[in-house]
Amino acid sequence: MSGEESQWLTVLIAVLGGAIRVGTPFLFVSLGECLTEKSGRINLGLEGNLIMGAMAGYGVAWITGSAWLGVLAAGATGVVLGFVHALLCQQPRVNDIAVGIALMILGTGLAFFIGKPLIQPTAPHLPALHLGAWSDNPALRAALEINALFIVGVLLAPAMAWFFRSSRWGLAIRTVGESDDAARAMGLNVNLVRMLATMAGGFLAGVGGAFLSLYYPGGWSEGLSSGQGLMAVALVIFARWDPMRCLYASLLFGGAGALGPSLQAVGVTSGYYLFNAAPYVLTLILMIAASSTKVRSGMPGSLAAR
Amino acid sequence: MKIPKLEMKQVCAIDQSRRGTLKSLAGLGLGALAGSFGIGNAEAASKVTMGFLYVGPRDDYGYNQAHFEGKSAIAKQSWIKAVDQENVPETIAVQKAMESMINLDGAQVIFPTSFGYFDPHILKIAPKYPEVMFLHCGGLYDAKKHPKNVGSYFGYIDEAVYISGIVAGHTSKTGKLGYIAAIPIPQVLRNINNFTMAARSVNPKITVQVVFTGGWANPVKEAESANSLIDQGVDVLTCHVDSPKVVVETAEKRGVFSCGYHADQSKLAPKGFLTGAEWNWSKIYLDYATMIAKKQKIPNLIRGGFKEGLVKSSPYGKAVSAKAKAHADKVRAQFMKGNFVVYQGPIKDNTGKEVIPKGKGYSQTDIWLESMDWLVEGVVGKTKG
Repeated sequence: MSGEESQWLTVLIAVLGGAIRVGTPFLFVSLGECLTEKSGRINLGLEGNLIMGAMAGYGVAWITGSAWLGVLAAGATGVVLGFVHALLCQQPRVNDIAVGIALMILGTGLAFFIGKPLIQPTAPHLPALHLGAWSDNPALRAALEINALFIVGVLLAPAMAWFFRSSRWGLAIRTVGESDDAARAMGLNVNLVRMLATMAGGFLAGVGGAFLSLYYPGGWSEGLSSGQGLMAVALVIFARWDPMRCLYASLLFGGAGALGPSLQAVGVTSGYYLFNAAPYVLTLILMIAASSTKVRSGMPGSLAAR
Repeated sequence: MKIPKLEMKQVCAIDQSRRGTLKSLAGLGLGALAGSFGIGNAEAASKVTMGFLYVGPRDDYGYNQAHFEGKSAIAKQSWIKAVDQENVPETIAVQKAMESMINLDGAQVIFPTSFGYFDPHILKIAPKYPEVMFLHCGGLYDAKKHPKNVGSYFGYIDEAVYISGIVAGHTSKTGKLGYIAAIPIPQVLRNINNFTMAARSVNPKITVQVVFTGGWANPVKEAESANSLIDQGVDVLTCHVDSPKVVVETAEKRGVFSCGYHADQSKLAPKGFLTGAEWNWSKIYLDYATMIAKKQKIPNLIRGGFKEGLVKSSPYGKAVSAKAKAHADKVRAQFMKGNFVVYQGPIKDNTGKEVIPKGKGYSQTDIWLESMDWLVEGVVGKTKG
């Protein structure tokens, strides 16, 4: 293999590995947001869930010595924040976007405050599955070290698509999301459905946070999320509220995030600011593309109505 | 830039007089205690009040922790009152934080420790409080442009980075080293260049691959950079970001070696940690406090390395060979004597241009080195994105 070929292979492997490693938190948050938005409510606070989940997961894993208990705790934290969001939003004349922003700031601040003593300790990490054991290329082996949470996320996407399409509960969520009146006519409790959808969405976002602190990059620090939760919420919009598209978009995002560092690592040293901005440029391009064609197909009716 | 070369001598002078000072200060402390029976606020008035501001959390395993450790060490002195605030962004927030330390806590000297605090924030607040000293970490003080109550201090941590580079050069088998850096500013470039030259003094074939992440704290990008570099065959990693924790842990996980930065990270990588460059701020903070207590004039510019006790190396890890230790210790001894010149021509940058001609040398104190905007031969990377 010539030197140049191996370099491009490295970039390719890094983008593949990045899609999996960096993409997983995006996947969980975007699936969570997708679930919540399908019920007709936007929860912008998932960035807060992500950070709180990362902190709580790390703390619990450190105290109990079990990383999986940490994941559970992260999810539970997300459920609590989701509950608060839903409870506030079902009060009369409360705007869900404003509540989301408030909860995002609350979650971030609270996590920084409670998380102070967690920066130093080292908690047990989630185990990885060595799917690349067949390869003798160490880079490929590392890229295919896959965390179980990623696989859960990948399976969750089609499961959620099926859930929306074919299950009774999925139908209930979609009905609530399309039209309050129709849902009430069917005898559905609109607020209850939305609350459950927001809590379940919060759970997923919290688990995404546990992936950050307990697997990759691992460790609790205040710069851990740096806006990934917000990006994931944006992902849902150009995934057009389709769980499978959420999966593809998350992988694309993860890969784009890995592009900047890996290009520099192989010696493509020009334009690194540009490549580091790749995920954001991608968001803008996709947003423009998504909004100009087939206007917002798939958008839940009660979101479109405002 | 024409600034008299005063720093080293002044630091030495402080060092020599320190013992005497401490003795006299012990007396001062007693005096204050006695005085407090008479006038209500006498003790507070005679205490030296120092304010510290950090851009990140106090315990980040990195830059901010190093300053916090310095502050904590001097806060033990009974005659010093040290207040601090963490997570102060490089915005107008730092101006407010400084003013509140001056007005509410009565701080006589302020240490805004982050690079971005200097211009415009310190330069804006300092003229309003001429009786307060503003001592900035790492900034370039220019007597012609800046207020008299502003100063700058910094350690030549690149000396300790040079030691890391020697150890890395001895340890690497692939001849490829990796440097994960935040932003190409002069201090960062100088560290990268020192690390590279030190490693190449061991093995001239070594290359250092640089990745700029674009920010001081971005754990996901740092982890991605570390993984990409290791995939590319790099077997010793080091970094210049606010918290090296992620880089050192990722290196350990992937089974490669690492050199630390800012504080001691040896606990994070028991197998692969080699050594690291650390600050030793407690010494200079005590020196400043002593000068204020004795009402001496505070020099506007203080610099120092191993010799002045401003920097140190982390203890060697298990993987460091005896040969590497001997080489590193020898060079450190030369730094301690103050006769080791890193930037001795001829030196070429990594585009092939000669930056320092043969026969010309820049010693550590030379202010020219603080405006570095090039990468030395052997570095794969660019200063401009």
